[in-house]
Amino acid sequence: MNVLLPASLEEACDLLAEHRAVPVAGGTDLLVEWPQQLDAHRRTYLDLSALEAELRPHRLSDEALVLGALTTYWDVLQDPAVRRAFPLLACAARQVGAIQIQARGTWAGNVANASPAADGVPVLMAYDAVLELASRDGVELVPLASFYRGYKDMRRRPEQLIRSIRLPRRRYDLQWFEKVGSRRAQAITKVGAAVTRSAAGWRVVANSVAPTVCRCPSVERLLANETPIAGPADLLPALRRDVSPIDDLRSTAAYRERVLARVLYWGLRDACPWFR
Amino acid sequence: METMADRDDETRGLLDVTLTLNGETTSVAVDPAERLLDVLRYRLGLPGTKEGCGEGECGACTVYLDGLPVMSCLVPAYQVRGRRVETVESLTPAEVANLHASGATQCGACTPGVAMTARWVARHPELLEQHTVRQLMAGNLCRCTGYDGIVEGVEADLAAAAKTKARGARS
Ligand SMILES: Cc1cc2nc3c(=O)[nH]c(=O)nc-3n(C[C@H](O)[C@H](O)[C@H](O)COP(=O)(O)OP(=O)(O)OC[C@H]3O[C@@H](n4cnc5c(N)ncnc54)[C@H](O)[C@@H]3O)c2cc1C
Ligand code: FES
Ligand code: FES
Repeated sequence: MNVLLPASLEEACDLLAEHRAVPVAGGTDLLVEWPQQLDAHRRTYLDLSALEAELRPHRLSDEALVLGALTTYWDVLQDPAVRRAFPLLACAARQVGAIQIQARGTWAGNVANASPAADGVPVLMAYDAVLELASRDGVELVPLASFYRGYKDMRRRPEQLIRSIRLPRRRYDLQWFEKVGSRRAQAITKVGAAVTRSAAGWRVVANSVAPTVCRCPSVERLLANETPIAGPADLLPALRRDVSPIDDLRSTAAYRERVLARVLYWGLRDACPWFR
Repeated sequence: METMADRDDETRGLLDVTLTLNGETTSVAVDPAERLLDVLRYRLGLPGTKEGCGEGECGACTVYLDGLPVMSCLVPAYQVRGRRVETVESLTPAEVANLHASGATQCGACTPGVAMTARWVARHPELLEQHTVRQLMAGNLCRCTGYDGIVEGVEADLAAAAKTKARGARS
C-alpha cells in the first residue's frame, strides 16, 4: 500500500493529476474492507487529513451553507445555526452509525462512496446541493441530483476532489426525513426518504430503492398537482416509475416498495390536506 | 551504521508518526496499511484497546482522537500524526468505579470501549441536551449486560458531576 500525504489542496490536486490515487477522508467506508481485501492493499491512497484547516470548516451565510470536504456529521450536529437552517442534515447525521462514526465520517465521503443506502445523500439532494469538484484544471459545479449515472458510477473524474458541497438557503414550509433500518443505530438503511417543499417546488428523494439515491419526479408531480391520495397504495404507480428496488441480503423489493409508500403517505399526510 | 530495521523501514515505505498519546509525545514508524488499533496494541504496548469486529460496528476499539470517541479499527495510523490520542489506559480506577458498581461489565470484552464512551459522556453533560445516554452509547455493543448496568453507571457519573458542579457554584 502506498499513501501520498499532501500538505495543501493545491498539492493534493497536483498529486491526483499525476497518480491514480484514492482520496481518504474519515476512512469509515474505506477501512471496513481494508484488512481483508488484497486489492485495497495494491492501491495508492491520498490522505486528506492534513488539509483540515482548508477543508473542514463549514460556512453558513444568508445565501447558502457550504460544507467543506472534511466537514463531519458531528460538526453539523454541534452547530445550532446549521441545525436550525437545515434541520434534515441534523436528522440524517444522528442516524449515521453511532457517535464514533459521526465523529469521523464526512458528508463528502458519503457522497463519493455512492452507496444507494447513504443517509447523508438524500437530505443533501432534497436541499438541491451542488458539488464543487476541484482539480488542477479548475473547478466544476455539478448538482448532486445529476451526479450519479448508475451504481457507484459518478460524474467525477479520478483527478477531481469534492472540494465543497453548497446548499442554497430557502424558506421551506415542509422538511421531512425517515430512515427504516433493522435497529435504531449502526444499521444500514432498508428504505429511506427525504422530502422538502419550498418556492422551488417539491423534492422527494429516496434511498435504498434504486442503484443510486434518486429524486422521484413522478411522485413530485403527483404532490405538486395535489392529486387526491386515499392511502399508501395510491402512491405506488408513481413510485414504480421512479424507483426500482431489488432483493438483497438486507431486504426484499416487495418490502421496500410497500414500506416506502407507507412511510411517505404517513409522513406527508398531515402536511397535505388532499391526502385522506 | 545502518541497521536491519532502518533498511526495512525504507523498503517497506514506513511513515514516521508523532502524536500525543495519553498526554505524552510519542513517535512510531507505521506501515501505510496499519490501523491505529494495531499500532496501539502491538507497537506501543497498549493492549487495553480491544478488537471485536474490526469493521466499525462494535465499539470495543473506541479511543479518543482529538477528544472525540472514534473506532480505532477504522483509523489509518498515519492519520494521527500531530494529533492527540487517549486510550483506556488513561482512565483512572476512580473514573470507572460507577460502571463497576452498577454491573456494567460481565465477560469484559466490550468494557474498554464502553468505559471510554461512558467517560466521554460523563465529561460532557451538555450532550444530554440533544441525545439520550442510550443514543450516545449505541456504538458500543454488549452481549452480556443488557445495557441497563451501563446506562446506570453513566447516569451515576453524570449525577456525581452535577453535584460537584452545584457544590462548586455555591462556594
Ligand atoms: C459501523 C458503520 C456504520 C455506518 N453507518 C452508516 C449509516 O448509518 N448511514 C450512512 O450513510 N453511512 C454509514 N456508514 C458509512 C460511512 O460512515 C459514511 O458513508 C461516511 O460519510 C463516509 O465518510 P468518510 O469521510 O469516512 O469516507 P472515506 O471512507 O474516507 O471515503 C469514502 C469514499 O469517498 C471518497 N472520498 C472521500 N472524500 C472525498 C473527496 N473530498 N473527494 C472525492 N472523493 C472522496 C473516498 O475515496 C472513498 O471512495 C457507516 C460506516 C460504518 C463503518
Ligand atoms: S473492533 Fe473497531 S468497532 Fe469493532
Ligand atoms: S460484558 Fe460481555 S460483551 Fe459486554
